[in-house]
Amino acid sequence: MTGPAALHVADVAHRFGRQEALRGVSLEVPAGRFTALLGPNGAGKTTLFSIVTRLYEQQAGRVAVFGRDLQAAPTRALADMGVVFQARTLDPDLTARQNLAYHAALHGLAGRAVRSRIDELLAAAGLSEKRDEKVRSLSGGQARRVEIARALVHGPRLLLLDEPTVGLDLAARAGILETVRGLVRDHGLSVLWATHIFEEIADDDLVHVLHRGRIVATGEAGTVGGEVGLAAAFRRLTEVAA
Amino acid sequence: MSEVPTSRLGLGGYLVCLSGITRRELLRFVGQRERFLSALVRPLLWLFIFAAGFRSVLGVSIQAPYETYILYEVYVVPGLAVMIQLFYGMQSSLSMVYDRELGSMRVLLTSPFPRWSLLLAKLLASVLVSVAQAYVFLAIALAWDVEAEPIGYLLALPAFVLTGLMLGAIGLFLSSFIRQLENFASVMNFVIFPMFFASSALYPLWRLREASETLYWVCRLNPFSHGVELVRFALYGAFEPVALAVVFGTTVVFFTAACLAYDPGRGVMARRGGPKGDAA
Repeated sequence: MTGPAALHVADVAHRFGRQEALRGVSLEVPAGRFTALLGPNGAGKTTLFSIVTRLYEQQAGRVAVFGRDLQAAPTRALADMGVVFQARTLDPDLTARQNLAYHAALHGLAGRAVRSRIDELLAAAGLSEKRDEKVRSLSGGQARRVEIARALVHGPRLLLLDEPTVGLDLAARAGILETVRGLVRDHGLSVLWATHIFEEIADDDLVHVLHRGRIVATGEAGTVGGEVGLAAAFRRLTEVAA
Repeated sequence: MSEVPTSRLGLGGYLVCLSGITRRELLRFVGQRERFLSALVRPLLWLFIFAAGFRSVLGVSIQAPYETYILYEVYVVPGLAVMIQLFYGMQSSLSMVYDRELGSMRVLLTSPFPRWSLLLAKLLASVLVSVAQAYVFLAIALAWDVEAEPIGYLLALPAFVLTGLMLGAIGLFLSSFIRQLENFASVMNFVIFPMFFASSALYPLWRLREASETLYWVCRLNPFSHGVELVRFALYGAFEPVALAVVFGTTVVFFTAACLAYDPGRGVMARRGGPKGDAA
């Protein structure tokens, strides 16, 4: 018997004034799976993330996290998710450790066990030596790894990452992608990875293609791509949708 | 790996959240010592230079809560202490704008605790710092021979807390409208200076009334005047109920307005498209 989806989005629509940003978006992130949200810039990925994280109020539709309705039970739903935003959100004047401790406190967590957890997460991110340095002095890739470590402090079951590799070099991109895939493989974490980079998606990943605020295709990347491959299929899908 | 902690969402968890927000506020404050010094320099310039210069020109006749004639610098000390809180309250709003520009506001707003409780925690953290600054100023004033009633220093604590909450709530509300740090100059010109000068901080209002009835009423209606009077009375062991009511009421109104402004569905954030205004 399977449990509820890690993330269930049904008929979500959103407007900014007269501009329609999302038009009846429905998608699922199955528990324990790496799921990609593929879409070009401006497709509505960040808007969808902002709705799922309650930065924007839902105007229409339903969002549930592990079966809990986001509007009816936002506290528990937010506690179940870790988020890495597209824009950098670390406090540059605090150290890596202090940033993680601050995040832990925002989830009601403090104490020795939490400090150990923070040190372990920073060690796993390869940042033990940088843990007491101000974030301002870290490279883009290191800061991104701190953000992923921070998103895991409170033990979420669902990890949302909005274009986490934007602006990073190839090596850093590959490292971050492998880290996140490892979390799915080894710890059963459920992941929604928003991106516009085809190379980051494997054939057996579940992919939702978002274009102009609509889901235009859903399925395993290998199936969506078919014989032509995901990149060509995406171009065709977005041309048709245009 | 050690056991993975999971979010604690009860009262104990909220207290941890409150202490985490306060700790961050203190870390940032300690990390910017010049902010602490500049916050003190301003009122000290008023006290050491401006007030000393006017000492011989302006004595203040007997008026509550004073029981005798007082020197001008005795009169201005409560107003200058609350001025520190005014500046800190507005600076705290600046830090909200800074957080929004940095993106770290999202981290705060995606905490599982209710948004009003997060804003309250932010407010309480800023009050803690501003009250500490006000007491440092009072200590320096004491060394300058401007002393209040001994018990007044204790009684002034709740007055400072309430005044800090009021000014912080006003700052919090304003922060939801300020899009960029550069706009803070407008806050200085349109909020801080008018609030400070159109108040009882620098001159008793009966004196102002002799010059202009309109200006007198503007000052009377200014909540900052009531914050100053609440602290002034407390420092001399007295209680001003009207000031307390105005300070309390203003705090409730502006804090409620700030909560609505930061509400994702109703407030300024919703109209603007999120905490950084970057809908895409």
